[in-house]
Order: sequence, then C-alpha cells, then structure tokens
Amino acid sequence: MKSPRIFVPNDATAIACGADRVAKRLEAGLLARGITADITRNGSRGMFWLEPLVEIETERGRIGYGPVTPADVDELLHAGFLTGADHPKCIGVVDELPWLKKQTRLTFARIGIIDPLSLTEYEAHGGYRGLKRAIDLGPAATVEEVVDSGLRGRGGAGFPTGIKWRTVAAAPADQKYIVCNADEGDSGTFADRLIMEADPYCLIEGMTIAGLAVGATKGFVYCRSEYPLAFVVMEKAIEKARMAGLLGDNILGSGVSFDMEMRMGAGAYVCGEETSLLESLEGKRGLVRAKPPLPAHVGLFGKPTVINNLVSLATVPIILDKGGKFYRDFGMGRSRGTMPIQLAGNIKHGGLFETAFGISLGELVNEIGGGTASGRPVKAVQAGGPLGAYLPVHQFDTPFDYEAFAAKDALIGHGGIVVFDDTVDMAHMAKFAMEFCAHESCGKCTPCRIGSTRGVETIDKIVAGEKREQNLALLEDLCHTMKLGSLCALGGFTPYPVVSALTHFPEDFGATPKLPVAAE
Amino acid sequence: MAVYEDWSTERAAQVIAEHKHLDGATMPILHAMQETFGFVPDPVVPMIAETLNLSRAEVYGVLTFYHDFRREPPGRTVVKLCAAEACQSMGSTALTAYAEEKLGVSMGETSADGRVTLEPIYCLGLCACAPSALVDGQLVGRLDRATVDEIAECVAAGKHFGEV
Ligand SMILES: Cc1cc2nc3c(=O)[nH]c(=O)nc-3n(C[C@H](O)[C@H](O)[C@H](O)COP(=O)(O)O)c2cc1C
Ligand code: SF4
Ligand code: FES
Ligand code: FES
Repeated sequence: MKSPRIFVPNDATAIACGADRVAKRLEAGLLARGITADITRNGSRGMFWLEPLVEIETERGRIGYGPVTPADVDELLHAGFLTGADHPKCIGVVDELPWLKKQTRLTFARIGIIDPLSLTEYEAHGGYRGLKRAIDLGPAATVEEVVDSGLRGRGGAGFPTGIKWRTVAAAPADQKYIVCNADEGDSGTFADRLIMEADPYCLIEGMTIAGLAVGATKGFVYCRSEYPLAFVVMEKAIEKARMAGLLGDNILGSGVSFDMEMRMGAGAYVCGEETSLLESLEGKRGLVRAKPPLPAHVGLFGKPTVINNLVSLATVPIILDKGGKFYRDFGMGRSRGTMPIQLAGNIKHGGLFETAFGISLGELVNEIGGGTASGRPVKAVQAGGPLGAYLPVHQFDTPFDYEAFAAKDALIGHGGIVVFDDTVDMAHMAKFAMEFCAHESCGKCTPCRIGSTRGVETIDKIVAGEKREQNLALLEDLCHTMKLGSLCALGGFTPYPVVSALTHFPEDFGATPKLPVAAE
Repeated sequence: MAVYEDWSTERAAQVIAEHKHLDGATMPILHAMQETFGFVPDPVVPMIAETLNLSRAEVYGVLTFYHDFRREPPGRTVVKLCAAEACQSMGSTALTAYAEEKLGVSMGETSADGRVTLEPIYCLGLCACAPSALVDGQLVGRLDRATVDEIAECVAAGKHFGEV
C-alpha cells in the first residue's frame, strides 16, 4: 500500500491555532502504530475557522478534519482517518465545500494545495507558465498584457498597474527597481501574508515578470516585522529559486537577469505608504515624500521604481499565463478581475474569499461569513483597514467595487472586512481611529500630527456631554482640515472612520437617537 | 524567554561588518543589533554612523522613529497583545486589562523584576482568529483567559511559553 499523504498547514494562522502541536502528535501517533506516512506542511486553504485543518489524500479527493486539537489526534487515528473515515471533525472532501466552490481562485489558486517550498509542485500547478510566456512576448507586449487585464493596485489606491509599469518602462535609467509592498498594516487583512507563506514562488515569479517588463534587475520585498514566519519562508523560497536558476542571470535561458532581497519593516504603519516605504528601504526615517516626482520616475535610491502591493504582483503570473482578456472578463464596471476579500473580526466563518468584484457586502458578511462569531447581531463593519469607513447594516447592499464604495465615502482598500457585533461602542472606535493616527503619524503635517490628538480629546468631550454642539462642530472642522491639509492618506483618510461612526451611530456619542448630526 | 548576548563593542562591530554591504544598511543593522543584544544599546549609534558615513543624528533619528526598536533591555518574556480593530471586535480590550492584572504590569511597560514586558502590537494578520498575541516570538490565536493564565504561569516559573 502507498503510504498515506497527510497535510497539516504551516501558515501563521494554523500555527497560532496549534498546528505545530498537532503535527507533532501526529508524528508520534504514527510512529507508535508503526505507520509510515508522508506529512506535508501545506499552506492554509484560507478557511481559518477550521484551522488547524488536517487533510488526507484519498481516491475520493482530499478529505478534511478540522479544527483539530492535539488531543483529537489519537482519536482520529483510532477512527481510521487515514482512509478518510467519518468522524465528528470530518468536513468531507475539501474541494467540494461550498465556501471554496463559490470562489474564483485566480491569484490564490494554489494556496493550501501545494507544499509552499516545492518548486516541482509549484510548476505542476501552473507555476512559471506566466514568466515563460512573458519571455516569449518580450517586455513591451508583457506590459500591454497587464494594461489589458485592467488590474488595479490591490494596496488601496486602485491605480492601474499596467499604466504604472508603462511609465517605468519608458523611463531611461542605468538601474531600475521593483519594490513589493508587503507592509500589510491594515487590521483585518492577511492576503499578502498568505501568499508569502503558502505560495511564495508566485510572488517571485510576479516580480521577475515585472522586472522583465520594465527593465529592472533588482527587487526588494518590504515585509512587516509582524510577519516573522512569512519573512523566513520568503527567504528560503528566494534561495531555492536562485539555486534553480529562476533568479539571477540569464533566467530560463532568456538573457533576462533579476534578483531580489527581503527587507524587514520595524512596526511603523505609515511605512506602507509607498514613499515612506522607499525612505525606509533607503535606511531613513519613514517620512512621506511629496509627489511629484512619482516613484516611477524618482523612486528607490533616486531610480525609476515600480512599487506595487504584493497581491498586485502575485496576480501578474496568471494574467500572463491566461492573457489579459481572461482576467478582465471577471468583475464589474471599472473593477476588473478578482479580489481576495478577507473576512475578519467577529465573524463565524472568517478567512480569505477570492471572488470577482460585484458581490454585495451583505452576502459576504451574512452568507459567506455566517454572521458574527458571538452569535449576536451585526452592528457595523469596517472595510479597508483603519482608514476605511464603518458601514452599517443598511448599507449592506453595496457591491464590492472601487467606485460603489467610494460613492458611500468608503474604501475597499486592501480588501479587509472587520465585523463588529452590537456590543461595540462606535464612539470608542472613532476615538481609536484618531489615536491610531496620532500614534502612527510620520509627523510631517500638522493636521495629522496635532489634529489627531485634538480629535481624541474632542471625542472624549462629546461623549462626556461637555459643550456638545461646539465640540461636534469642532470635530467636523478638524476632520475637514485633516482631509484637505494632509500630505498622505493617513491624515487624509482618518476622518472617514470617524465621520461614518458619528453619522450612522450618533447614539453612541451620547445623542438621543435620530438627532441630526453635524457631519460630512 | 529569549536569551541575548552581553554587550561587547567587538560583537557590535562584527554585526555591523556583516551587514554594511547592503543597500540602505541602517535598518538591517539595527534589526541585527536588537536580535543580538535584545535592544539597541546607545554606543552603536556612533559606530553605525561612522561605518555608513552618516551623521549620528541621522542614525539616532532612524532608531527613534520605528516602534520596534528598543533602547532599553526588554523583560525576559515579551508579551505583545494585538490592539487593532479586528482583535477589539473579539474582546481584546477586556482581555488586555485581564493580562495587565495577571502579569502585574501595565501595557507598554516592563515589570520591576525584569520578568516580563507587555506591549501592544498593531495586527499580526491573524484577524480571523482574534484576539491574537505574540509571546516570546510565538504566535497565539483565539487568545482567551486560560491562555493568559498559562502565559502568566510561564513568566512566574521563568519558563519559555509553551514549555509547560
Ligand atoms: C498610511 C498608508 C499606509 C499604506 N499601507 C499600505 C500597505 O500596507 N500595503 C500596500 O500595498 N499599500 C499601502 N498603502 C498604499 C501605497 O501607498 C501604494 O498605493 C501601493 O503600495 C501601490 O501599490 P498598488 O498600486 O499595487 O496598490 C498605504 C498608503 C498609506 C497612505
Ligand atoms: S498625513 Fe500624517 S503620515 Fe501622512 S505625511 Fe502627513 S504627517 Fe505624515
Ligand atoms: S506640512 Fe503643514 S499641513 Fe502638511
Ligand atoms: S487585528 Fe489583531 S491580528 Fe489583525
């Protein structure tokens, strides 16, 4: 009999929920029973409420068990889970789960399926087909393929990736750079992390294609320090790719040279802003630069630089493999392709759900997410991270689309959705938004640096009922000044969570419900 | 519980030498210092400045800009509790108060006996299994009072978290 293949995920979420202890118990249990089995540490499938999700390969497909605790292991072995036997923790054939079947996994096609560091498995699942096609097409046609795909930056601003690449391709320089923004500071997001931990070669391939397309030979991944595991996996993957001739000189015999390095952030949220990130990479304080010049003209070390979010770059291989048109055919309006939506916070079925743009917020939270984890009613969600608006339940018909969200003064940002139940105090969340801005401000603009601290004090006064009307007017004025007078979106967008909380939940700020509120 | 090396100028010089060839070497050097000594001792500032041909003020500016870099040794166990929104939605604020009480130290401080440092961290990317924490470099999801109790026991016993 072929020795069974068991999968125990190795990403940060699975490990944080005990996957390493499960793997250890499994090894010991197998040894005690004299069974030889192959334990593969795969990435997570992105269904985090099931982690640790142990899978076993059978002729019916991969059968899953989860969430598995170390104490469950012996019982599972006894029940015969190595042959896919039934058990209360058995969730059936994983690929058949509606939560996965409803998705369109393009960027995340391989996560959880393969051994993240196996190049053989990466290539067996479509890896490096994109780069090979890019080599055949040549730089100019590669850029146009990305333009055609309609891909917009997944870091938040939604700028067309292909257009950015065109600018850098056209900039004459002896040295150009590709910089991957893996600072992923928004609460409620983990898409970048999951690619790095579960499918690192996908990012390496994407950056290599970017290098080929614009004529850059060197890449940097700026990874936040809060992701120690992702950093290590990426370093290993880069080393393996180099050994296999997939990084370095003359990649795949094409004459193209490209190599890359990992760099670690140091706990500054503002370093996710692209120019602050470049300053940090240069070894300086993360002060935001005024634009222009654009990084595409004067970027890292003064050279033309493509700086893209990690998901943008990791989406490039499939675009090159299947063609720009294939990708563009998903989505709605000006939001083309798919978005990895990250369901987080107080949610029953949290995780990564990749789907074409256009799905409604309500379907995401209630149907796919299954409502709150606490079982209490949903009160609000924050979309797009700490600078994103709070949306109340009556806005749940909003389709997930850049423009539809913008029309409601909201952002989709990097695709995170944080759910709150009815116990949340929205005045507290508004105050937190101001505190976070004060804590993370780079200090360059007064409205951001000082205004945020004033904002905290003013919200306190409003809640305490102190000179209520004057302080509401002051807060409104302050938000207005921050929006207009800030150099970057940290100061400029912090008003969105504050104003949305105040507009939709005035009662949390001490008002009698239905009182008209001075905001917006 | 992390074990760090004692301060020595030679060792610091060696750390600098290992990283000085990198483009924009300041951050990698500061990270490496902290990994070696547990914090960034003040004497390294002029050393880095001299090697990289920067002013002391520039290096000092970098050191103090980033929340991660410490200028004082941390406690023997470092407990970082996520303070960001998704964890708040799952009750991290109350859990933080509980941890402060259990560990006998306030957020952002090191206990007088040097056993433990308690700090906020803004998102570990574990937001779908909140609340989360990073204890002695180990990721913890679905944090609850029982796990906080376990952490407090480790701190009291001087053991590495997860050892008991
Ligand atoms: C305060 C602030 C934080 C940001 N954080 C991130 C981040 O963590 N990751 C990211 O990709 N973009 C972040 N951005 C957006 C970047 O400035 C930039 O738009 C992005 O890296 C461009 O890549 P894209 O076009 O592929 O999205 C942030 C912006 C601001 C103002
Ligand atoms: S808005 Fe805030 S973070 Fe952005 S540049 Fe100004 S001070 Fe810096
Ligand atoms: S520097 Fe004064 S408002 Fe930006
Ligand atoms: S908000 Fe706590 S882990 Fe993301």
